[in-house]
Amino acid sequence: MSVSLSSEQAQMFGDALYDARRTGIPIPAFTDDLPELGMEDGYAIQQHLVSRLLADGETICGYKLGLTSAPMQQLLGVDSPDFGPVFASTVYRDGAELPVDRFIAPRIEAEIAVILDRSLSGPHCTPANAYSATRGLAASLEIVDSRIKDWKIKLADTVADLASNGAIALSSLVVPIDDFDPRLVGMVFSKNGEVIASGAGAAALGDPLAAVAWLANTLAPMGITLPAGSVIMTGALHAMVPVAPGDVFRADFDRLGPITIRMASE
Amino acid sequence: MTVHKHDIAHRLIDAAFHRKATTPLTDDHPDLDVETAYEVQNAVVQARVDGGAAIIGAKLGLTSAAKQKQMNVTEPLYGWLTDDMQLDTGETLVCSKYIQPRCEPEVAFLLAHDLEGPHVLAAHVIAATALVFPAIDILDSRFAGYKFTGPDVIADNSSCAGFVFGGQGIDPRGIDLRLIGCTFEKNGVLLATAAGAAVLGHPASAVAWMVRRMAERGQGLRAGQVVMAGALTEAVAVSPGDTVVARFDRLGTVELPCR
Repeated sequence: MSVSLSSEQAQMFGDALYDARRTGIPIPAFTDDLPELGMEDGYAIQQHLVSRLLADGETICGYKLGLTSAPMQQLLGVDSPDFGPVFASTVYRDGAELPVDRFIAPRIEAEIAVILDRSLSGPHCTPANAYSATRGLAASLEIVDSRIKDWKIKLADTVADLASNGAIALSSLVVPIDDFDPRLVGMVFSKNGEVIASGAGAAALGDPLAAVAWLANTLAPMGITLPAGSVIMTGALHAMVPVAPGDVFRADFDRLGPITIRMASE
Repeated sequence: MTVHKHDIAHRLIDAAFHRKATTPLTDDHPDLDVETAYEVQNAVVQARVDGGAAIIGAKLGLTSAAKQKQMNVTEPLYGWLTDDMQLDTGETLVCSKYIQPRCEPEVAFLLAHDLEGPHVLAAHVIAATALVFPAIDILDSRFAGYKFTGPDVIADNSSCAGFVFGGQGIDPRGIDLRLIGCTFEKNGVLLATAAGAAVLGHPASAVAWMVRRMAERGQGLRAGQVVMAGALTEAVAVSPGDTVVARFDRLGTVELPCR
């Protein structure tokens, strides 16, 4: 796969996403006019968008993986996940109330977050290397959001749009992987008190630690090392769920404990 | 009710015996209701017992909200397991013995005490249980293409056809079966993941629901019997050469090769 955008175009598209984030007004998919855009184009746009957000004073505290399940990959016609940075300003604690006006078309998913104890880099990182570098796992929720109108996204669009990341909520309990298998960690997801989904760690690329290794290997050619303390959102354990003002979401993880967030009423 | 229970029971018994699927009973008997369907089920199970089989437990079906909606029913259903259905740990499924076998991962209970009555709760189920096991339920609808309504599948003994337990059982006391993670794979490909809450919020709650319904019909479970608590994921069709594996956190793994 190769880049088909000029760097001026990538900048222009990155600026459009930057403005959409600012105004809360979504933009049409880039692939509407340029259906040939692929993953590399998406990352070229993402890179420009990220540099603008960093210039505004944002800091990267980790990464999120998207498209980690077979159904999502089939939907977008890819055979690998994608990633985007997680900014420190978008991290909430367990029990937080999230402002709804921060998002355009929010949806939510429960994930296992991996917290690194040591830095980790590719290109030959294995799940076992990821395990050695891991401090522990944390219960987490991700609000995904699309700055592309009506979520009508193709691969390049979502990659450009920070892999559709909106915000995360992270439990303060970081549980060392000690005598349990992250693939088998069960999770029960409920909305307003009603159980609506369940899953286990293997739903994310077969293994949350394989997801971390994939990320380290994918970042390596870009010259990026995952620093110690990085938060890695390893991918949804169930199909994503729409979010409305006033909703309360809770993901109860075996081994890791629960995490709850409330969406503010409008 | 103009349904002749024994006639339609024989249709199901013949379908199983000749391994030839039939059409939904409700095509010919649109007025077949749930209570009559359970009476047909009793006749189907009694025929197995008359043929020398022993009742060794029960299973739940349609325990997920999604499946109930799909089948247009508002509660789960149950059926009876007989000893001619059991496969021992490590045994191979012989597909030619079935019409259209499908497998699904479940939590199974082995009872230490009798369990019956209208007031049974999840707590009583846990207290009456000796061990819980990882298990694979083998379904085989006697209706072509698994096309049926709620009363049809009840009459068909809830598609019961077989089951196998993993070799490791554990005491259910002190673990939260609601949160137990499960992965289900066929031929090394991950099909689905789930947690125990996928069955009615808690596998023991599902069993308790069944025992209360059984009590309304004068039925109950005996010490030593097994209970399959309901599927955690969608069922998958199996053919000769396939291997399905269900892994459960804390409970262990169960594997079923097919030939």
